[in-house]
Amino acid sequence: MFDIERWQEIFDTIRKNKLRTFLTGLSVASGIFILVILLGFGQGMRNGIEHEFKQDATTSVWAWPGVTSKEFKGLNPGRRIRFNNDNFENTASMFKETVEYKSPRIFVRNITVNYGKESLVYSVQGVGADFQFIEGPKMREGRFINFQDENSTGKVAVIGNKIKKDVFTEVDSPVGEFIDISGIPFKIVGVFGEMQDREEERIYIPITTAQRVFNGGDRVNNLSYTLPEVENFDQAVAQAVKFKADLRSYLQQSHTVAPDDEAAIDVWSAMEEAKRYYGITNNMKLFFWFVGGCTIIAGVVGVSNIMLIVVKERTREIGIRKALGAKPWSIVGMILHEAIFVTAISGFSGLIFSMTLLEILGPHVQIDYVKNPSVNFNVAFSTVLVLVFAGALAGLIPALRAAKVQVIESLREE
Amino acid sequence: MGSNSLHVLKGINFNAEAGELVAIMGSSGSGKSTLLNILGMLDGADSGEYILDGVPIKDLSETKAAQYRNKFLGFVFQSFNLINYKSAMENVALPLYYQGVPRKERQEKALKYLERVGLREWATHLPSELSGGQKQRVAIARAMAAEPKVLLADEPTGALDSTTSYEVMDLIQKINDEGNTILVVTHEEDIAHMCKRIVHLKDGVIVEDKKVKQVRAEQYV
Repeated sequence: MFDIERWQEIFDTIRKNKLRTFLTGLSVASGIFILVILLGFGQGMRNGIEHEFKQDATTSVWAWPGVTSKEFKGLNPGRRIRFNNDNFENTASMFKETVEYKSPRIFVRNITVNYGKESLVYSVQGVGADFQFIEGPKMREGRFINFQDENSTGKVAVIGNKIKKDVFTEVDSPVGEFIDISGIPFKIVGVFGEMQDREEERIYIPITTAQRVFNGGDRVNNLSYTLPEVENFDQAVAQAVKFKADLRSYLQQSHTVAPDDEAAIDVWSAMEEAKRYYGITNNMKLFFWFVGGCTIIAGVVGVSNIMLIVVKERTREIGIRKALGAKPWSIVGMILHEAIFVTAISGFSGLIFSMTLLEILGPHVQIDYVKNPSVNFNVAFSTVLVLVFAGALAGLIPALRAAKVQVIESLREE
Repeated sequence: MGSNSLHVLKGINFNAEAGELVAIMGSSGSGKSTLLNILGMLDGADSGEYILDGVPIKDLSETKAAQYRNKFLGFVFQSFNLINYKSAMENVALPLYYQGVPRKERQEKALKYLERVGLREWATHLPSELSGGQKQRVAIARAMAAEPKVLLADEPTGALDSTTSYEVMDLIQKINDEGNTILVVTHEEDIAHMCKRIVHLKDGVIVEDKKVKQVRAEQYV
């Protein structure tokens, strides 16, 4: 390894065959390049999905009513399920230990919204104070609806940032302004921001107010919860799955729905969804390794091929060396050394080039579900290992062939 | 090789003393190359024994054979067989490299032997920059560098014109004068007569083995 003579020999042969060595190196370099870029994008997808899920609390669980699809206990299918306050109160006390935040939600319909003379077409939703921690709106100004608003059926509203930008152009802050909802004045107490514009086109009011003022009765459109964060991902998924099942079976019993009726009550857990996407990204990662691995194999076969030609060309030289007393092992070492050197150098340049590219362009990538594609140290390290191994593999067959060169035949007159 | 075996050498009883200069002659197919290969440990004999400097040479592993070749033998070939991307000095130093001699010492020794063949100022030249006779002298220097017991020369003058041939023979004679044992395979009568003993091979047997009066090559140079 630290034998100057042998290094000199390697450089000599490379210098003599610049183009050939370059082309071989190029195939290895592009193999590594493709692998790293693929892995970088795999990581980017993972980051993107993580980012996408972070918008809502990752541990949130949502229950939506639907329409029964199965006959059960004498009830016909096609029955529309409605959640009510009792459902919420009951789950709140039943799962007191399990859930962290909880909020019912109601969509207020058939109303008009006015600001001064302007008529606004935004949806109005009645929610609980905890909703802020479930859906995850970030407060830009003022505050969210609190428990006191809920208890006192306060006429307060929280609006999305987009509404502020579209409507409240003439005031510094919409906080303190009043909007009319079906003739009833609501005081704006806060402005929230969301990741997507669509989610900023909402007006939140306390659910109690929504039910009482707008004839909601005790109806609830959906139920939402978050579970406490757990360090371990699998544990978090298990917790979500269990809660989901418990919640569903309670809601099914209380609404007399067949336990296997999927359509009647829909319970959705962000965690489980996340797990599915993580599963996909894991599979992708495997696939990327596979594809990248194949490209490297192609490169390695190239190096191996070239080394075979090298051995063939140098048969005479190897014969001379053997006649002068070169041991077979030193011949094997010489060829292996060159193969590893060529793969390592070209592989490293591919690695450095691709990593630089990811480093420079990565943060600017703006595609849905892909965010900041990058490779970490471990990946780079394993690619280097793959490289050295590949180099050794590429050199092995030619080296063994070189060691078998027959002195007499190689020196025979041509 | 087919299933038919061919006996190339059919019983050779040959003994060379230290300091001898022996010419092995014979037409092609007489078995002289095979004999040289066996002596050079490049090939093994099917039967019989070969003792070199009191060491029986038999059933050698490749590694062992390489070691013995390096220690006991120096080769000179008809086509010189220098490594074309190495300078004259590096070529001469190569057997020393395989002996594990340190780099600096290797270079000094190589220069010393180049000096002896009169090519010291050509040390940094590549073989392609040398004439045929110079190449063969470099090859002889290389063979000598390992300080072998026996120098095996296979048609050392085969690729050279007669003047250059005599120069090379002159060198070989001088090396022999210093006490080195040299075997020269040749089919040229005049070259053979520059040795001290001529062995004639024909169809795998020795037909003639005689001492001759050495013709000095100097007078032709």
